Amino acid sequence: MSEATQPRVPHETGVPDPFLFMHPTLKKNYANWDWHERLRPGVLHHMSKTGESIFTVRAGTQRQMDVYTIRKLCDIADEFADGHFRFTTRSNIEFMVADRNKIDPLTEKLTSEGFPVGGTGNSVSMISHTQGWLHCDIPGTDASGVVKSLMDMMYEEFIKEEMPNRVRITTSCCQVNCGGQGDIAINVQYTKPPKIDHDLVANVCERPAVVARCPVAAIRPAIVNGKPSLEIDEKKCICCGACYPPCPPMQINGNDSTKLAVWVGGKHSNARSKPTFHKLVVANLPNNPPHWPEVEAVVKKILYAYKDNARDWERMGEWIDRIGWPKFFEITDLAFTKHHLDDWTGARHNMNSSTHIRF
Amino acid sequence: MPKSNGSANGNGASSSNNNKGKAKQHATPILDKLEGGPWPSFVTGLKRLRDSQGKQYAPMMNDLLGQLEHSYEEKLGFWKGGVVSVYGYGGGIIPRFSQVAEKFPESKEFHTLRVMPPAGFHYDTKIMRQLCDIWEEHGSGLIAFHGQTGNIMFQGATTENTQKAFDALNEIGFDLGGAGPCLRTGMSCVGAARCEMSNFDEQRALRDIINEYLDEMHRPAMPYKFKFKFSGCPNDCVNAVQRADFAVIGTWRDDMKVNQDEVKAYVEKVGRKYMIDSVITNCPTRALSLNDDNTLEVDNGSCVRCMHCLNVMPKALSPGDDKGATILIGGKRSLKVGDLMGTVIVPFFKLQNDEDYEKLVVFAGEVMEFFSDNALEHERIGETMDRIGLPAFLEAMGIDPDPNMVKHPRTSSYVRTDDFTEEAEKYFERKKHKKAKETEVTAAAE
Ligand code: HEM
Ligand code: HEM
Ligand code: HEM
Ligand code: SF4
Ligand code: SF4
Ligand code: SF4
Ligand code: SF4
Repeated sequence: MSEATQPRVPHETGVPDPFLFMHPTLKKNYANWDWHERLRPGVLHHMSKTGESIFTVRAGTQRQMDVYTIRKLCDIADEFADGHFRFTTRSNIEFMVADRNKIDPLTEKLTSEGFPVGGTGNSVSMISHTQGWLHCDIPGTDASGVVKSLMDMMYEEFIKEEMPNRVRITTSCCQVNCGGQGDIAINVQYTKPPKIDHDLVANVCERPAVVARCPVAAIRPAIVNGKPSLEIDEKKCICCGACYPPCPPMQINGNDSTKLAVWVGGKHSNARSKPTFHKLVVANLPNNPPHWPEVEAVVKKILYAYKDNARDWERMGEWIDRIGWPKFFEITDLAFTKHHLDDWTGARHNMNSSTHIRF
Repeated sequence: MPKSNGSANGNGASSSNNNKGKAKQHATPILDKLEGGPWPSFVTGLKRLRDSQGKQYAPMMNDLLGQLEHSYEEKLGFWKGGVVSVYGYGGGIIPRFSQVAEKFPESKEFHTLRVMPPAGFHYDTKIMRQLCDIWEEHGSGLIAFHGQTGNIMFQGATTENTQKAFDALNEIGFDLGGAGPCLRTGMSCVGAARCEMSNFDEQRALRDIINEYLDEMHRPAMPYKFKFKFSGCPNDCVNAVQRADFAVIGTWRDDMKVNQDEVKAYVEKVGRKYMIDSVITNCPTRALSLNDDNTLEVDNGSCVRCMHCLNVMPKALSPGDDKGATILIGGKRSLKVGDLMGTVIVPFFKLQNDEDYEKLVVFAGEVMEFFSDNALEHERIGETMDRIGLPAFLEAMGIDPDPNMVKHPRTSSYVRTDDFTEEAEKYFERKKHKKAKETEVTAAAE
């Protein structure tokens, strides 16, 4: 701790005012928009009630950006896009231009600099991702690498709008699941109870806190080698990893036991059907960097089954609602097992309590 | 630090020539494979930083790449947490110390500053370049736009530089977001700035609430995290319903606006069959009907404002004029009871004038106060609501029950109903008052 200089007291300024940075046409027409259309994949046209237009060109980024990449995006904005941009919640960048004639040169520039233009309408947008090995303290896998590999695979689907409806994919690199609900979600799934590092427990652990964290009461205080530690009832443990963030000795990650699972049918939007959680379809896929080919294969299978079979405007979950789960597992050639039967609190609500059966 | 002109946009390819008395460049054969393919590569970006001759962060990024490659080899993470903060604040920094620092000493401290972005993620190039310059001087040069909660994540500062970086960012108007058991950074959709579906001023609501309760963010003292998210309409572009403890989702109460000429034009373009299959029969509450002359009939009383028909025909259909938001409380991700969607607590919160926004800020404060006073340690408000039951939660918040809060009334008969009659009387009393108020308003308007 240095105490040489007097510390600076922070200005508690909070959330910055967006109007300081907003494109002037957006500012001028704030809350006065009338309608929009998509001119082509990646390009939106919004019309205000005063008859003024703004054109948006959306492009993919790597989210984890070095200052050179950011400055390059600034250069592009200065030269082609009136010096402004914004980001979407999925880390796509959006350049706004008031002049229709700027769309083509801007699009060409972005494409030539390696930023794919797309992600609008019925496309596969950028995968929302978490931190992973790059920066989190509990990750079972990387996030940026999984996303990069999958976006390479789905590049064409990002720059085109050929899906039945939008496809939103998420990833999570531990079972905390920072990524949200997705049409397809690729999440870490632990398969073995934590291995306890007893020396660490004796030194650092707040035992009551971690005992309380376990959702199935599988952790008990214990004396190991004459020192206070913990033990796990491995029959009860559901390998959720909840004990690991508060207690680093609960080593949940193993280079073979940390696996990946794929889930489908989650959605946040209220359009047509209510928001839904995604549901498990495949587990136990190997954590296989740098390209996770087994995950890629499953995602591809599901994505194209959806593309080929869903009707216009059906999101993944809505398509499955129509055709039914038996058909979904049949079309995708994936296995249905006892692990697909929910046994958590409220599980019976997820069962079929009717004679609605599809044959 | 020697200063070299870093304008060289060195494109990816590794330069073998920055050994200036430093540890040698780590080979990254696995990560290198993530440089191919058409999608922008974060690895190429990391290497650009590593290869920035003379920059203070180049050695740090060399070791960072080394550690990341090590993770890819071992399939394990190697960061641990700790305690790092800036003067005056208890949160906002995510400390990261390397567990393999003996191999990768330059990146042994690699902390993240969670910084709140301008609401709606708007930037101009001037401010963006300033952010880059600051992070180039005090940090690693690596920034994420944005984290899932909505922060700009400045990743990679030493413990010593954390304060310097924050001071510089703070001087140009940026403040730390939340980390730890506290009010977290909020997020709002683009909304009114560029979307005709918007039903309230999302960025204003976000700033009014967060900026009023900054103390709860900067000095963590809550049972656990508390997140706000603001979507201008039920399309919910920022995923508020499930990822916010307090979700504000725009909606309207009066009839949607229909431009019948545009409806006709649309039907003419796509044909009656497509119109019926894709719009009419997709309405979840059967509120739409296509007339023989290709105009649209909307049963606004049955419409649940799902947005589908507006999304398909944005030129023809728009939200009404009586605007506001639905407030859902208690959404969260897996830990530890499983995922929860928010529950409707306020079916319609009018958001049109200053007074409405002030009321929203007060209400948000009351909910956080309830959370602070009643949640168990490490319990999200959705779990508290489940533990005590919705009736008790509503009573604590002074909110009357409303059929919009449920999918359907209870199905379990185990309930004590001896004051059912009194409760029913209260309901009719409220209904009478509401009616009286409405006639008053209509009378005043006439
Ligand atoms: C040491 C433990 C943890 C670390 C290092 C960590 C780290 C992170 C990071 C870096 C993010 C993205 C931050 C941002 O967008 O600003 C995040 C988001 C999130 N974290 Fe954690 N987290 C931890 C524990 C937890 C726990 C215990 C839970 C759940 C109970 C949790 C739930 C979430 C959720 C739901 C999100 C994102 C969802 C949203 O956007 O609202 N995290 N976490
Ligand atoms: C003289 C006394 C009673 C008679 C004659 C009687 C008769 C019956 C009959 C005929 C059934 C239908 C069985 C079937 O469908 O197979 C039935 C079901 C049932 N009875 Fe009784 N019952 C009596 C007392 C009670 C009492 C005191 C209770 C509870 C405290 C009770 C609880 C039930 C329940 C829970 C069912 C099953 C309902 C269902 O599963 O749908 N019964 N009883
Ligand atoms: C009118 C109400 C009830 C009656 C007449 C009743 C009757 C009984 C009877 C006769 C037994 C068997 C005792 C034995 O075999 O030794 C029993 C066991 C039990 N009851 Fe009840 N009970 C009632 C309500 C409840 C309620 C409301 C609960 C819990 C919320 C409850 C929980 C239990 C439990 C936990 C056992 C022990 C089961 C075991 O150890 O195997 N009972 N009850
Ligand atoms: S999902 Fe888990 S491992 Fe990944 S960033 Fe979130 S907390 Fe860390
Ligand atoms: S992994 Fe989950 S179930 Fe197993 S001991 Fe830890 S908290 Fe309990
Ligand atoms: S949530 Fe609604 S108002 Fe906000 S950007 Fe999305 S569609 Fe527009
Ligand atoms: S907004 Fe949704 S519920 Fe309302 S009429 Fe349109 S499709 Fe039906």
